[in-house]
Amino acid sequence: MTVLRNFWQTLIGRGDHEPPVTPVPAADRSASHRAAAPALTSLDIAPNDPLVAYFQGVPSVAEIDRLHLDSPALRVLKAARVKLAVPLVSQGELIGLLNLGPRLSEQDYSADDRALLNNLATQAVPAVRVAQLVRQQQAEAIARERIEQELRVAQLIQQTLLPKEAPVLAGWQMAAYYQPAQAVGGDFYDFIFFPDGRLGLVIGDVSDKGVPAALVMATTRSILRGAAQHLVSPGQVLERVNELLCPDMPPHMFVTCLYAILDPASGRLQYANAGHDLPYRQATGHVTELRATGMPLGLMSGMRYEEKETLLAPGETVLFYSDGLVEAHSPERAMFGFPRLMRLVGEHPGGVALIDFLRRALAEFTGPDSEQEDDVTLVILERSASPLPSVEGREGGEVWRTLAEFALPSVPGNEREAMEQVAQAVLKLNLPRARLDRLKTAVAEATMNAMEHGNKYRPELPVLIRVRTSDTALSVRITDQGGDQPIPDSETPDLEAKLAGRQSPRGWGLFLIKNMVDEMQVTSDATHHTVELIFYGEGDTHGRQTA
Amino acid sequence: MAAKPLEARVHYRLDAAIIGLYGDIDAFAKDALNAAYAEAENKNPPTILLDCGGVDYINSIGIALIVSLLAQARKSGRRLLACGLSDHYLEIFQITRLADFITIFPNETSALQGL
Repeated sequence: MTVLRNFWQTLIGRGDHEPPVTPVPAADRSASHRAAAPALTSLDIAPNDPLVAYFQGVPSVAEIDRLHLDSPALRVLKAARVKLAVPLVSQGELIGLLNLGPRLSEQDYSADDRALLNNLATQAVPAVRVAQLVRQQQAEAIARERIEQELRVAQLIQQTLLPKEAPVLAGWQMAAYYQPAQAVGGDFYDFIFFPDGRLGLVIGDVSDKGVPAALVMATTRSILRGAAQHLVSPGQVLERVNELLCPDMPPHMFVTCLYAILDPASGRLQYANAGHDLPYRQATGHVTELRATGMPLGLMSGMRYEEKETLLAPGETVLFYSDGLVEAHSPERAMFGFPRLMRLVGEHPGGVALIDFLRRALAEFTGPDSEQEDDVTLVILERSASPLPSVEGREGGEVWRTLAEFALPSVPGNEREAMEQVAQAVLKLNLPRARLDRLKTAVAEATMNAMEHGNKYRPELPVLIRVRTSDTALSVRITDQGGDQPIPDSETPDLEAKLAGRQSPRGWGLFLIKNMVDEMQVTSDATHHTVELIFYGEGDTHGRQTA
Repeated sequence: MAAKPLEARVHYRLDAAIIGLYGDIDAFAKDALNAAYAEAENKNPPTILLDCGGVDYINSIGIALIVSLLAQARKSGRRLLACGLSDHYLEIFQITRLADFITIFPNETSALQGL
């Protein structure tokens, strides 16, 4: 048996999970010679090193000093005074080298030695390969376990911090749905209760996944809860959260977040948005975005957040959601997208059932075999439908049938839409042409007043219109959200004064309405302002028209 | 019936400038209506006729625009006539008393007969 002075096993690096190689000491290695040779404990040979190609081409013992290759590995072997290298080749792949230093006798290795080493290599290859695969599998299992453990931690953080149930508020319906993706995205939502009865609503998304996202989410939630206790304005709350988050935010991470405060008594919803997807407001088939601008949190300090407010009318629904819904893909890689979501919200009657409706639509869109790409969060806020403010004395004894009820955003020109929808609703009453024309003009003018004076032409504030009929009368109620504002006294228009420039040429609306209808009633409460247009039966109409 | 932006075309016949109106007389009609009126005044006609035969909708802001035209016409000593109004808008011209200051005819021919 040839006595080996140094014996190393050198394995080729096989990726990040490869365990470090432990050098195998020679059985009779002597201390005096150990000092002479530089230690070669392990050597990673790059896959593109010419030495790899050489040994794969010539899989037998090689004398290192005789090899002349531009090989970093070869230089290391020569520096370590390796004399012979025996390639371990498995299925054409170099999986290791047996490296030998000079013989103790200082004689050259003989042909027998080389034959022995080649035999040894042939027998060692399967064992080394098996050992490598086992280690590789163990490393992968450990890595998998670590990832799963991380996911469990991330899930735990999220599940612990997300509300257990939606708040219960008189006159309101609320519901939330949260479905984490496999990798756990950074979605969160929160409800904050204030002593005066107001409710804070938060929905957000951290720009990362797993434990880092969960930790940032937990931090954001805590800071926001703290800020909300001290500041009234949603915009200022987001500003404060941003200032506190910025210094400690990990690189390349940010948080989109919408914060809204609901006053359940009035339906007033104030909101500010740090780059989160815009909520949709649904009012009888009309869908609008609740738009407010602001940069995501944690990107840059000194940010300002636009603050908006709106009044939610009975029957209206607001959908808050995360991008996991709109950025979901179909099997054909089409994106779910905002237009589809907006259309679906418009098609649904609204309310908390919208959640199931959207979940079904999403499942149908992504197909049965898809893996959820990102967290999906949906939060619904619905003001329970209730009758429009009643007009005293008009209900008694009459049985009213509702012909139509709808809402229109306060956008110039929408009075035409109101006029046409009311005309459509009364079609079966077969009103005489003149009466129908008066009804249409009165509805158009009252709707214009509601949009302009009551709702200040703010598109997110709807005008609610209800058309009812009884055996003796037709009623159209037109309601705006300007109940807390005084109704301006209307000056009776005087054409001579207008022509002489003493009165504005405008100011005909109310005058026209009064002249078109048999009776007009105006009522207000804290939030609404309603004009009721009443048309009596045919005989009555003529009697009053000429009065 | 969809909203129809106002189009106004001016032509002259006899001593009158005739403004043919098509579409809606509402807030969106202001520029078209005022531009047509200015064009009609170019030849300094003693009479301007608003032909409303193509008008489907007039609202209170449209009434205000017509009041402004009437005030301008009176200032410069012109007669303002109207024709082609539906029964409903004829009623509105009467209620608002515009009909007291704007003589109303069934159509362009009848309006120009008396000139």
